[in-house]
Amino acid sequence: MTPRLTRGEQLAVGFARVLRGAGVAVPVGNVIDFVQAVGAVGLEQRDGVYWAGRCTLLHRPEDIPVYDRAFAAFWERHLPAGTTGDEEEEPLKITIATDDGDDNDDPGDGTASDEPTIELRFSASEVLRQKDFGAYDEDELHLAQQLMSQLRFAGAPRPSFRLRRATRAGRPDIRATVRESLRAGGEPIRWRWRDPGERMRRLVLLLDVSGSMEPYARAMLRFVHAAVSGRQRVEAFALGTRLTRVTRELSSHDPDRALRRASERVLDWSGGTRLGECLRRFNDEWGVRGMARGAIVVVLSDGWDRGDPAALAEQMQRLQRIAFRVIWVNPLKVTPGYAPLARGMAAALPYVDHFVEGHSVAAMEELARVIGLPARRREHDAGVASAGTRS
Amino acid sequence: MPSSPTTPADVARALTEHGYLPDDGLATSIFLALSLRRPLLLEGEAGVGKTEVAKVLSRWSGGRLIRLQCYEGIDAAQAVYDWDYSRQLLHLRAAEASGEARDLGTGALEGQLYDERFLLKRALLDAIDHRGDTPPVLLIDEIDRADDEFEAYLLEVLSDYQITIPELGVFTTTVPPTVILTSNRTRDVHDALKRRCLYHWVEHPSFEREVRIVRLRVPHVVEPLARQVAAAVEAMRTKNLYKPPGVAETIDWATALAALGVSELDETTVESTLGAVLKYREDQERVRQQGGIADIVKQAFERGLLHG
Repeated sequence: MTPRLTRGEQLAVGFARVLRGAGVAVPVGNVIDFVQAVGAVGLEQRDGVYWAGRCTLLHRPEDIPVYDRAFAAFWERHLPAGTTGDEEEEPLKITIATDDGDDNDDPGDGTASDEPTIELRFSASEVLRQKDFGAYDEDELHLAQQLMSQLRFAGAPRPSFRLRRATRAGRPDIRATVRESLRAGGEPIRWRWRDPGERMRRLVLLLDVSGSMEPYARAMLRFVHAAVSGRQRVEAFALGTRLTRVTRELSSHDPDRALRRASERVLDWSGGTRLGECLRRFNDEWGVRGMARGAIVVVLSDGWDRGDPAALAEQMQRLQRIAFRVIWVNPLKVTPGYAPLARGMAAALPYVDHFVEGHSVAAMEELARVIGLPARRREHDAGVASAGTRS
Repeated sequence: MPSSPTTPADVARALTEHGYLPDDGLATSIFLALSLRRPLLLEGEAGVGKTEVAKVLSRWSGGRLIRLQCYEGIDAAQAVYDWDYSRQLLHLRAAEASGEARDLGTGALEGQLYDERFLLKRALLDAIDHRGDTPPVLLIDEIDRADDEFEAYLLEVLSDYQITIPELGVFTTTVPPTVILTSNRTRDVHDALKRRCLYHWVEHPSFEREVRIVRLRVPHVVEPLARQVAAAVEAMRTKNLYKPPGVAETIDWATALAALGVSELDETTVESTLGAVLKYREDQERVRQQGGIADIVKQAFERGLLHG
C-alpha cells in the first residue's frame, strides 16, 4: 500500500522531475528537503515556493536560468495563477524521457556570442572515429598514455601549511614529545620535531579548441584528460569562442567516457578563437579568485586570435602576476622558420615563462618536465626575447 | 532568537532591525535554514555580504558567533580540537616532582592527561559542545579555500552534529548550532557537502535596496547622497571591471564621503575617493578613461533624483 501524497508533495516531486528533465541534477534527498521547505513556506505565495525550490534544489548559479524557466512553466500549469501572473509564458520543452532536447544543459549566457561561430557537436563515436587519429597513430597514443603516468607525479611542490614529523630539529612536536615522555615518567628526554611538509601546486590547463588547433586539440585533450584523472588539484578549461570548464567531465577514469563527455560539453569545437575574451573570463571567474594563484598554468594554443591582441596581452599579464609559472604550448613552434607571427602569440609571449612545443609525444614529455621543474621561474626558452617584465 | 520566525517576512524584519537588509530570496533561505535546521551555503561575489549574514544572525539570536576561517591546509587540530601539550607536560612534571607519578603508575598517569581540562576546543567542537540553551552561530568562512579532505570531515560533522575524540568519547548536542558556510567559488565545493546544505547565490542588491542598506549602515549619510552613491556604484558595475564593487565597497565609500563632509557627489570628490570603491589600478583607469567620471556623476544625479 503506498501512502497517499499530499498535493504539496505531488507538486514538489513533479517539479523536481521537470527540473531533472531540463538537465539539472537533483538528488532525492533534496526533493525531500523541497517538500519540507514547501511545507514551511506554504503553497500560496509564488515567491515562497520559488525560493524554497531554489535553495533546496539548486546548487550552482549556472542552473538558475533553467530553474527560472522551468518554474515559470510549472507554476503556470499546476498552480492557480494568482495576481502575479505577469510572467511571460515561455515555450519550454518539458521532455523528460527523451534526451535529444537537452539544449538546456548550458544555460549560462546562452549563445549570445555576437561573432559568427561554427557550432558543431560531435557524438562520441564521431569524436573517436574521425578526429583523434589525425595527430596520433596507435603507437603514439600508447606512448601518450605512458607519458600521463609521468605527469601524475609532476608539478612543482610548495611548502605546505601543515607540519609533518621530521627527523631534524625544526619546530618542536610537543604532542609526540609528551607521548614519548610518558615512558620516562614525564621526563621529556627525547624531543620530537616537525617541519612544514610539501604540497603539489595546482595545475591549470587551458586548451584552445578552435579551428586552427583542430589537428592537435584532440590529442591534447587526451593529455589533459590524463592530467585531470591522474592527479588531484588539476583544473581544465576549453577555450574557443567561449570558456568552458571541463574538469568534471574529464575526471572520469575511463578515457572514452571522459572525452565523450567533454566533447559534449564544449559547444564550440573548431569554431573561432577569442583568446583574450576567454582568458578574461577565466581570470574574472576563476583564476584571480584563487584557482590560478600560485598555480602552474598551461595554455595549449597556437596563438591565432581574432580578438584584440592588446586585450590578450592584458589578460596574460594578469595571469602571470598571480600564477607561479605560465607555460605556453604551441604545436606550431616546431615549424621551420616559425616566428610567433600570430598576433595573439606575439602579444602573449612577454608574459609567458616557458614557451614549448606541442606537436609530438616528445614535445609533451618536455612539457611534463617543464611542469615539474622545481625551481622558481626561469628565463624564457631560447628564441623568445626576454620580456623584462618580470622583476 | 526571541521567538522563532514563522514566515520569511519575520526573518526579513528581524534582520533589518539588526542592521542587515536581506532580499526575499535570502530571507526565505535563512528562514528555511532555521526551520529545517540545515546548514546554509552562501555563494556569491566577494563583498556582497555573505559573512555578514552570520554576524547578524548571531546578533539577532543572541547566540555566540563562532567563526572558522578556512585556508589551505587547515586540519582537525586547528578546526576541531587539540590537546594542550604544554599543560600536559607541566602536569607530568608536577606529578613527578610530588612523587604522585610513582604511586599512580604509567597507565593512570596517562589517563589523567587525556582529561577535558587539557582539551583545547577549536571552532567546530566549540559549536557542538556549547552547553547552553541558545545555540551558537557557526560561520565556516570561505570553505572553498580548505582542502577536499577537510570538506569530507566537515560533511561528517554537519550531518550528525557529533564529534568523536578517541580519548574522551563522543561529543554531541541537543540543539545544533545555526551553520552558515560561505564560498567565493574559487573551486567547486563537493556535491556531497552541497547536498547537506541549503544553497543561496547572493547577488548584488537592487538599486533601491542598496540605498536602504547605505542608509541603514551609515545613518549619518543624507538620503540624496546615499542615492547618488548607490547609483554611481551601479553604473560602475556595468563597466566590465576586474572587480565590480560590492556592497561592502558601497558602504565604505559612503562612510568615506561622510567623513569628508560631502553632501553631494562631484567629479573632484569621486576622483579623490575612488580608491574606496575600486581597488585595482586597471579598474580605476578604465573608469577614468571612458570620460567616465563625469559620466558616472551625471548618472548618479539622474538616478538619485528620479525617485527622490
